Amino acid sequence: MDRVKEAQEIEDDLPDPLEIPDLVPGCMAASKPYGAAPEFQKPLGFPGGLVENWQEKAIEKMAELRGKYRSFRVFLDSCVKCGACTDKCHYFLGTGDPKNMPVARQDLLRQVYRRHFTLAGKYLPWLVGARDLTEEVLDDWYSYFHQCSQCRRCSVFCPYGIDTAEISMAGREIMDSIGKGQKYSNEIIGKVLTIGNNLGLPKKALKATLEDLEEEVLEETGVPVRFPLDEKGAEILLVAPSADYFAEPHIAGLIGYAKVFHQAGVTWTISSHATEAANFGMFIGSYENMREISLRVRHAALDLGVKRIVFGECGHAWRAAYSFLNTLAGPFDFLDQRYPIPQHICEFTYDLIAAGKLTFDKSKNDHIRLTFHDSCNIARGSRLGNKPGGQFDIPRAILRATCNHFHDMPADTIKESTVCCGGGGGLLTDELIEIREKGAQPRMRALQHVAAEHGVTHMAAMCAICKAQFSKVLPMYGFDREAIVSVHQMVSNAIVLERTDGGAVGERDEE
Amino acid sequence: MLTAVYASTFYLAAAVLAGGLAFRTWEYATTPAPLKIPTTPAPTTRTGVAFRLSREVVLFESLFKANKWIWLFGWIFHAALLVVLMRHLRYFTQPVWDWVTLIQPFGVYAGFAMVAGLAGLWARRILVPRIRYISAPSDHLMLALLIGIAVSGLMMKYVAPTDIVAVKSFFLGLMVFHWQPLPADPVLLVHLGLVAALMIVFPFSKLLHAPGLFFSPTRNQVDNPRERRHLANWARALEAGRQ
Repeated sequence: MDRVKEAQEIEDDLPDPLEIPDLVPGCMAASKPYGAAPEFQKPLGFPGGLVENWQEKAIEKMAELRGKYRSFRVFLDSCVKCGACTDKCHYFLGTGDPKNMPVARQDLLRQVYRRHFTLAGKYLPWLVGARDLTEEVLDDWYSYFHQCSQCRRCSVFCPYGIDTAEISMAGREIMDSIGKGQKYSNEIIGKVLTIGNNLGLPKKALKATLEDLEEEVLEETGVPVRFPLDEKGAEILLVAPSADYFAEPHIAGLIGYAKVFHQAGVTWTISSHATEAANFGMFIGSYENMREISLRVRHAALDLGVKRIVFGECGHAWRAAYSFLNTLAGPFDFLDQRYPIPQHICEFTYDLIAAGKLTFDKSKNDHIRLTFHDSCNIARGSRLGNKPGGQFDIPRAILRATCNHFHDMPADTIKESTVCCGGGGGLLTDELIEIREKGAQPRMRALQHVAAEHGVTHMAAMCAICKAQFSKVLPMYGFDREAIVSVHQMVSNAIVLERTDGGAVGERDEE
Repeated sequence: MLTAVYASTFYLAAAVLAGGLAFRTWEYATTPAPLKIPTTPAPTTRTGVAFRLSREVVLFESLFKANKWIWLFGWIFHAALLVVLMRHLRYFTQPVWDWVTLIQPFGVYAGFAMVAGLAGLWARRILVPRIRYISAPSDHLMLALLIGIAVSGLMMKYVAPTDIVAVKSFFLGLMVFHWQPLPADPVLLVHLGLVAALMIVFPFSKLLHAPGLFFSPTRNQVDNPRERRHLANWARALEAGRQ
């Protein structure tokens, strides 16, 4: 009883995860990513460096976007500056820089839009806060459109559904079109388009990794779980984020997918042509680049003759897959229409659990007291399962099926109100570590609450960026860097595997 | 002379408001939304979307989630404005419709509620540093305009009554292009002048949030991208010659 009381007191003393800071104007103005060199710009169809008549070109691009995207036009016109979004961005909560308030971030673009595309802005710019696109404004764009992880939290709370992600994507697309690109995202897109994945992992290395994994799992469990690559005629094409092939805790998740496929008795394969679930074309707002990356998945599915496509654990990748793949690379009339196209690995696993086809030994996860971080793009930009909100219920159902100790973080920081990890949207690069650390503050404080109240030791996530970001920032907030786990890592730990002869693994020693 | 000025102003204002809104609506309706971007969890059917939008329009659902004070002041203002506008129909109809007569007694309360809501919003705009930061002069001016309209309206009820019968015949005449004289009461002239100004700025200002909400892709899209392929015309053009 005393322990409970004590924990409650400690929790009460902790700062509110969503505590609103005082304004500190300009404090993050200097935070900006490295610029993209010409070698990274040109393959994507962008000018190598800032073009000479960049102002004119930027306004032309704005006019083009205004005609191509209703969101751009409606969102820039509709804002009434009510202030509802001002305390909703994790980067604002972590820094206090007013330009990290969603409406102020949008205004960086809106002020120029008003100057050129509205009557009042043309003739009475001072009245409506309209401004010319000066060098100073461009600098602000570059800094602050790269302090938005496109997590859409603000869009939940806006009375008109204005989504700052759409604005920061447009801002980045305009900057790319005048030659002011971001190194991190554009270099990665180049790697996907030439090699097939974000990490630039060649087929040989991938093959070696997968063979190692087969050996490792066999040694550990005595069961020949396969990790197939480029196998024609397999039933399922698995498209996972490339981090799943090389980094912890991502690999543990990949092993989990393989074990689930093994138990399901389906044939599956990874494609060396489409080794990447992530689609950074989305981060830079480039429909064309996003489409090119998506088409790789289509082509891989056609080449390998698969019947189904399943995506691994990755947040924005799932948004791009769930919401955009059919648009960008469909129609998928050549796949088995009885299954969702594409399907998420959590949907796949959940269906098996619901059908009673998987057995778990939850005690294998007894060293873990778990909570779950809803990844922003899955929570607010996609769905799992048949019902709205399945993206919240399905991963939790999987986790509850695989462990004995599960506790949710404070309600205003999860599900549709989830706070981003701080590294999404093309910000997962070392030079942005300050904004990443500060942006993680609301999530880290929420984790501190459940750690104090329920003794939570680990946090599961189903996004490669979340996992990489948390591995980095957890220690900055006093947690172990290994406190972040994959959802399918929990599955992998607890799943009871059947040998090919039908006996369960636990019986092995008794033979 | 005065009648002529106000009559022409109102013809102009009505034309700008109707024409401007029609043009904006046409612009919004014909600009494609190339990707499925509903803020999820989102309805999976058109009926569900209709309910979602209705909740936004009637209850300000998202704003309620965001901030209870802004919701309170904003909702009171908009609801009161609706009642006030409905009550004003009596100046444009002869005989007055029954239901307009029925809400007549609430009109005055609504007038005060409107001022209270606007005052609350303005206070926040000035006192909350975050909202002060994002406010342009036009944001203050818009509140001033609306409060000016409400206060001048209430003044005609309580301080300086005008010849309301003459005002009504002015507007009835306006509608059939048979002008009747407008009383030269300063408060009335201010009230009508501000209303005309509001009508004129509507299609050029943030007041476009009214039609905008219905065209907001994060709110009006059905969450069914896997079931139905969504393709904009300009994006279809990219598909020529594709495998």
